[in-house]
Amino acid sequence: MQNRELVIIGGGPAGLSAAVEARRLGIEDVLVIDRESEPGGILKQCIHTGFGLHIFKEELTGPEYAERFIRKAEALGVEIMLDTMVIELTSDRRIVAVNGREGLVEIQAKAIILAMGCRERTRGAIKIPGFRPAGIFTAGTAQRFVNIEGYMPGCEIVILGSGDIGLIMARRLTLEGAKVRCVVEIMPYSNGLTRNIVQCLEDYSIPLLLKHTVVNIHGKKRVEGVTIAEVDDEMKPIMETAQFIPCDTLLLSVGLIPENELSRMAGIEIDDVTGGPVVNQRLETSVPGIFACGNVLHVHDLVDFVTQEAMEAARGVASYLADGGKKYDHIPVTAGEGLRYVLPQRINVEAMTGEKQNFFMRCARPMARARLYVESERGVIESRLLSHVKPSEMISIKLGRDELKGVKMLKFILQEEGDKIECND
Amino acid sequence: MVDVVIIGGGVVGCMIARELSRYQLKTVLLEKEDDVASGTSKANSAIVHAGYDPKPGTLKAKLNVRGNPLFDKICSELDVPFKRIGSLVVSLTEEEDRVLEELLERGKKNGVPGLKIINREELLKMEPNVNKKARAALYAPTAGIICPYELTIALAENACQNGVEIKLNSKVVGIKVVNNGELAVMTPTETIHTRYVINAAGLYADEISKMAGAEEYRITPRKGEYLLFDKRFGNIVNRIIFPTPSKISKGILVCPTVDGNFFIGPNSNDVTEKDDVAVTPEGIEEIIKGAQKLVPELPLNHVITSFAGLRAVSDTDDFIIGASKKVRGFINVGGIQSPGLSAAPAIAEMVLEILKEEGLSLKEKRDYNPERPRVYKFRQMNNEERRELIRKNPAYGRVICRCETVTEGEIIDAIRRPVGARSLDAVKRRTRAGMGRCQGGFCSPRVIEILSRELGISPLEITKCGCGSEILKGRTKEFIETGGVVDAK
Ligand SMILES: Cc1cc2nc3c(=O)[nH]c(=O)nc-3n(C[C@H](O)[C@H](O)[C@H](O)COP(=O)(O)OP(=O)(O)OC[C@H]3O[C@@H](n4cnc5c(N)ncnc54)[C@H](O)[C@@H]3O)c2cc1C
Ligand SMILES: Cc1cc2nc3c(=O)[nH]c(=O)nc-3n(C[C@H](O)[C@H](O)[C@H](O)COP(=O)(O)OP(=O)(O)OC[C@H]3O[C@@H](n4cnc5c(N)ncnc54)[C@H](O)[C@@H]3O)c2cc1C
Repeated sequence: MQNRELVIIGGGPAGLSAAVEARRLGIEDVLVIDRESEPGGILKQCIHTGFGLHIFKEELTGPEYAERFIRKAEALGVEIMLDTMVIELTSDRRIVAVNGREGLVEIQAKAIILAMGCRERTRGAIKIPGFRPAGIFTAGTAQRFVNIEGYMPGCEIVILGSGDIGLIMARRLTLEGAKVRCVVEIMPYSNGLTRNIVQCLEDYSIPLLLKHTVVNIHGKKRVEGVTIAEVDDEMKPIMETAQFIPCDTLLLSVGLIPENELSRMAGIEIDDVTGGPVVNQRLETSVPGIFACGNVLHVHDLVDFVTQEAMEAARGVASYLADGGKKYDHIPVTAGEGLRYVLPQRINVEAMTGEKQNFFMRCARPMARARLYVESERGVIESRLLSHVKPSEMISIKLGRDELKGVKMLKFILQEEGDKIECND
Repeated sequence: MVDVVIIGGGVVGCMIARELSRYQLKTVLLEKEDDVASGTSKANSAIVHAGYDPKPGTLKAKLNVRGNPLFDKICSELDVPFKRIGSLVVSLTEEEDRVLEELLERGKKNGVPGLKIINREELLKMEPNVNKKARAALYAPTAGIICPYELTIALAENACQNGVEIKLNSKVVGIKVVNNGELAVMTPTETIHTRYVINAAGLYADEISKMAGAEEYRITPRKGEYLLFDKRFGNIVNRIIFPTPSKISKGILVCPTVDGNFFIGPNSNDVTEKDDVAVTPEGIEEIIKGAQKLVPELPLNHVITSFAGLRAVSDTDDFIIGASKKVRGFINVGGIQSPGLSAAPAIAEMVLEILKEEGLSLKEKRDYNPERPRVYKFRQMNNEERRELIRKNPAYGRVICRCETVTEGEIIDAIRRPVGARSLDAVKRRTRAGMGRCQGGFCSPRVIEILSRELGISPLEITKCGCGSEILKGRTKEFIETGGVVDAK
């Protein structure tokens, strides 16, 4: 059994950023564990640009963004244990990990940061009927095949779901010589970033069919085509509109799910809406000394926010190690009308790690202009006007310690202002 | 010339193959797909039934009740998990109460041990998630669950270990009587001369029988669809939960699996094609509705996959097992619909008897080994055992499938064993890599890499389930030059 001060599970941008910040804050012993043979997480396969606009004011590729943190981590003496998968986590912060070199590695940590990222939703999760032939991939798997392994998953492709990975892959596969027939999205708006719709679909004349879904998959050995149909307002397919689209490949980009098997094993409370742990102002989960950040906490669309959040988790660990795990009471933070969730789900204002507290939230539907209200038991304490909010783009606001002093609850509400507009911008 | 050719590598064919491997015989098993357990034996309810359901006097009843107790020994010899968890037929109306009585009577006549009717309170205590409107249930303690493809593969491996030749990708396309006492079985690549042919071709048994000029019967496919749920909810029920049966099926059930998941299904609809295993939207709706009658609160957001299997329904409505009166040496084992899995060990015994009657002399081998070498399953081992195993072979320390915690060592073993895996699905059936909640999203590129390395072939040749189901279409870059048309070879 090894004794360590801080163990970070996952060496993606969240884990690496947290490690770097933890060292900067003076935490001596920082160990990052990742199951892959190189650190960087999902960024390794994201060879497109668009990373780091906020943090570095530069447009980096995924590997470049990761590289910066890997270098810093190494320079600061962070230990990175690769090819090692954590298979057990307990509520008293014991970890069992496995690799081929040492066999089983058992660690007792003073503090742990969860940074395991997320996984993609599959066909089963959305219950698409039809055969189960070769040629059905999640977009991320296809991305790995093309960008890391150097293989093409198909020639003629239909993409279901307009999440960012799907959009990026539409462009990538087109550039590699495949024909992307269309991107089919069940919602009346896209789930991807606006810039990705423009740069990945419109620039290549790939049609985006909103309010459509795949209702059947054809082909016994290999995909031979899919049937798509329009859906009504209840999202039920309108079979009169069904049409067959020949293709040899179906990519699914239908959402990401935070990877919380280990969190559950440790008895950490999970939020049904985010799919990640319930956390407080310092991103500490319901189990003292275990923190979470990045996609394991909630799904992010911008890596810059992942880094910011990870730094907050590192500050949280520093304050936890400093106060010796003192118990605090929390006030609840909830999402009201117009919002799907707000993070953190509870806070203690006195114990905030900085002068300002960051709140992350996602809206329930697209709105051209909307006002965000922050309510306490005394009424509205703050409001902000926002434009072009979309469920795919996270909203982040900061509130100061003064504003929050003495409140017993916080509720965030998003109300649309002015006329509704068409949302497929 | 060989002694026996078995056509079909389902649970029935493989059970017969293993039974024959005890004796000094030359036996060949021919399977048209690239792996055994590729037909009905891979997609069914995976239940070893107690035997109260089939009509007394039928082969189904007799062989089911005889087969059930044989599973403990077979599974322990083959290192295949089998759990005798018991089943409950739940009644929701007064009329259904009477059906329970009938089933109890039928069960007694069939010789099923331990059956009893329990009241609502007992039922809800045993199964808190069952519909509160339930009135009573028939409890059958001898019913069990098993993994049907794992069993089939284990049988094939053990048969192979004991000298049976298993030929995959070998579709039988013709059978001829060469002279009295000799048959010629043809596949596209060879002709095998044999004294006996056992027709265990599942859905295609009618066509094989006809091909040989033996008795004619008809097999129609009847589809059953399923939804499989995440392991997190595996304990929603502790036993197999049935509704009261209808004329044509045992109804839509809620059932745990040996691997800790649970499924709902199957429905029961006749289809025309013998390979129509497509899941339909109506089917999904039907099984959800059906299952909700038994367990109202289903975690429908945690379905990880859907699948369908086809029952081989014969026009006699019973198993068709017997030596042909028209073609000497040809033995039919057709129409093996449910409870065919449960009956399989008894079917194999019966086939042996028939072979004896038909003049085959069975001399026991001295070196027959009923045990299959242990299959290491990392996820089921304790940390001490894991440490020991990794020390011996570091490949068991590299986790490839993160959802099911399957290591590289297990995958390599699955490929190198007798009747080894040659495709992604074959690896999946042997190791569970790709069967978890991410359904191979994460591990399939790695499994392809391992298969290609172990088999010494290009990743482009790796298939999902045999020829025609290649997974990748070409190398990047080369792809543009050829306009996206790259031959997999
Ligand atoms: C395809 C795609 C395109 C994107 N495009 C952009 C973009 O253009 N611009 C942008 O700013 N953002 C983009 N993002 C978003 C952003 O990059 C991600 O949200 C971010 O990478 C999440 O970081 P993470 O560290 O939380 O997770 P990950 O990067 O997934 O890292 C998690 C790490 O944890 C490891 N791990 C998990 N479980 C264990 C365990 N049990 N034991 C050991 N290790 C474990 C994993 O192997 C992995 O290395 C994109 C994301 C994706 C998926
Ligand atoms: C929905 C459903 C639920 C069921 N539930 C249960 C249950 O809970 N309990 C139970 O006991 N039973 C159950 N059954 C029945 C059980 O699954 C079958 O009885 C059993 O799997 C039949 O095995 P088999 O070997 O006869 O057929 P198969 O598994 O279909 O094997 C036949 C094999 O022959 C091969 N073949 C066909 N033609 C040729 C050819 N020309 N040349 C070479 N090979 C050929 C096929 O590829 C196939 O692999 C269920 C069946 C279904 C469909």
